[in-house]
Amino acid sequence: MTMATMIETKDLTFYYPAEEGRAATPALREVTVSVEKGSFVAVLGHNGSGKSTLAKHMNAVLLPSNGKVYVEGCDTCDEKLLLEIRRRVGMVFQNPDNQIVANVVEEDVAFAPENLGVPTAEIRRRVDEALAAVGMSEYAVHAPHLLSGGQKQRIAIAGVIAMEPECIVLDEATAMLDPVGRREVLSTIGKLNRELGITVVLITHHMNEAQQADRVIVMNDGCVAMDGTPREIFARVEELRQLGLAAPHTVELMEELNREGMALPLDAITVEECADAICRELGMA
Amino acid sequence: MEPILRVENLTHTYSAGTPFERSAVQEMELTVMPGEFLGIIGHTGSGKSTLIQHLNGLLKPTEGTVYLDGQDIWADAKNIRQVRFQVGLVFQYPEYQLFEDTVYKDIAFGPKNMGLDKDEIDRRVRQAAAFVGLREELLEKSPFELSGGQKRRVAIAGVIAMEPKVLILDEPTAGLDPRGRENILRQIRQYHKEKGNTVILVSHSMEEIAQNVDRIVVLKGARNYMEGTPRQVFSRAEELEAIGLDVPQVTRIAMALRRRGVDIDTAVYTVEELKEALLRLKGGGADA
Repeated sequence: MTMATMIETKDLTFYYPAEEGRAATPALREVTVSVEKGSFVAVLGHNGSGKSTLAKHMNAVLLPSNGKVYVEGCDTCDEKLLLEIRRRVGMVFQNPDNQIVANVVEEDVAFAPENLGVPTAEIRRRVDEALAAVGMSEYAVHAPHLLSGGQKQRIAIAGVIAMEPECIVLDEATAMLDPVGRREVLSTIGKLNRELGITVVLITHHMNEAQQADRVIVMNDGCVAMDGTPREIFARVEELRQLGLAAPHTVELMEELNREGMALPLDAITVEECADAICRELGMA
Repeated sequence: MEPILRVENLTHTYSAGTPFERSAVQEMELTVMPGEFLGIIGHTGSGKSTLIQHLNGLLKPTEGTVYLDGQDIWADAKNIRQVRFQVGLVFQYPEYQLFEDTVYKDIAFGPKNMGLDKDEIDRRVRQAAAFVGLREELLEKSPFELSGGQKRRVAIAGVIAMEPKVLILDEPTAGLDPRGRENILRQIRQYHKEKGNTVILVSHSMEEIAQNVDRIVVLKGARNYMEGTPRQVFSRAEELEAIGLDVPQVTRIAMALRRRGVDIDTAVYTVEELKEALLRLKGGGADA
C-alpha cells in the first residue's frame, strides 16, 4: 500500500443477516478497490447493487464478513482505531431530517468536534470555517427545521467538515433533494474536493452527478462491474443499459445518430461538447 | 365537457396574523378535464403541495373556491369525506405511512372506511395490487418486510383501491433508482390508459413530466407561471431555465445547437425527436 491510498478494500465480502429459512446471499462479493487520496470517486449502481453497503464499510458503520477494509492503513475491524477512522472519514446520509441533532445550526455543526474533546476556542474556529465552506455562514443561528432540504444537507456536510476529515462519503445524499438542492450540494462537495483536497466518495444513481467525478465505479450484484473515468464509462452505453442504468442523453443521442451513419465521438459527455460534435458532423463548425 | 376539477382564485395563507404569515398559494387558477393526464411542476416553495392539498379538501382555501364536478367542495363541510374518496392523494414518501400488519389490510384500509362490503373490498384490493405490480403472495406479508420500492407500491395501491375519480401523485418516484422510477411510471401510465381516470402527476423532474402527461402547469412563487402541452412549454425552455427548473438534457442540446446557428426547433424533449430532427437537417444539407 502506498501513502497516497485513502481507503482500500481487500476481497471484501458482506452478508446481511439472513431471513429465517433462507440462504444468505452476499451483498458484496470479494470487492477489491482502492480510493486515492484527493480523488473524487462516484459509485453508481441500481438499488440492491451493493453500492451503499460498500459505502458503509468505508467508516466502519459495517464490518466485513470476510476480507479487510483499511482507512489510511487502519484496519476497520480494530475497535481501538474506530474513533480515529470515523474522524478521518465522515459520512453524510440520505435523509436530511435524520441527521440533525441540535436546535441551532451552529450547535449542530459543533456536535462532532465537542464529542472529540476539541477545546472550545478551536471548536468556534472550526464551526465558522465549516459553515463558510458550505456557504451557510448567514444561517449560523437559525433553526435547522426551517431550512430547505439542500440547506439541511449542507449543514450535515458542515458537521462532517468540522471534524476536519480526510474524506467524505455521501451515501445517496442527494436522492431526496429537488434539483436546486442537488445542485447546491454537488457544487459544495466539488469545491471541498478542489480547494481543500478532501477525498470525496459519492454514492448515487444519478448519472449526471457522476459527470464531475474523476473516476466512476459501477456496482452490480455485489461486484465492481465497471471502473474508469466518466468519459470511458458513459461511452459504454449498451453495458450500462444492461446494468439497469441509463447513459446520459448526450451519449445516447450520439450513439443513435451513429447508428444512422454519422461518426460522432461517444466521449463528448457534456451538452456543450455534444453540440460542438454535432455541429462538426453537420459541417457547420 | 365540464371540468372535473376547477380551482378559482385560490389563495392560502399559513400562520395568518403572526409574524410568520406567508401565502403559499396566491390567486391560483386550475382546470382539469375528465380523463386528462396533467403534470404540475415547480420548485420547492412554488406552492405545488399546498395546491394539491386543496384538491381533496385537506386544506381549506383562505380565499377562492375548489369545484369537484361543478360543486363547491366546501359548500357543505359534512361532505368533505366524500370528496376525499373521490380525489385520491398519494403523498411524498408514502411508504412511511404504512401501518397495518399485512399488505392486504393496508390496501383495504381506504375501501373499508368507505363502508364497502367484504367481497367488494377483496375485489378492489386484488385489482389495485395488480395495477401496481404486487404479486398475490405478497398480500399476506408484513409491509415492513418489503423493499422500499415495494412499500411505495403498497401505499399507491391503497389509494387506487378507493377507485378515485382523480388520482394525484406527489413525487411518486422520489429517491428511486432509474429502474424503479420507470417501473412506477409505467404502471401509472397503464392505470391511466385502462381506467381512463384523471391523473395528476406532481414532480420536480421536467423529463419525467414531459414523457408522461398531456398538459403541464408550471408554478412559480405561489402563482401560475406557464401552462400548455409539453411541446408548448418546452418551446419556452430559456424561461424555464431562468427560473431554475431542470430543463431536459435533450432540450438543452437543442438550445446549444441553436446558439451555434443550427436551425432546429428547441421544443424537443426526447432523444428520438432530436435524432429525427438532426437526420432531416443532415439530409437537407446533402441535397443543397
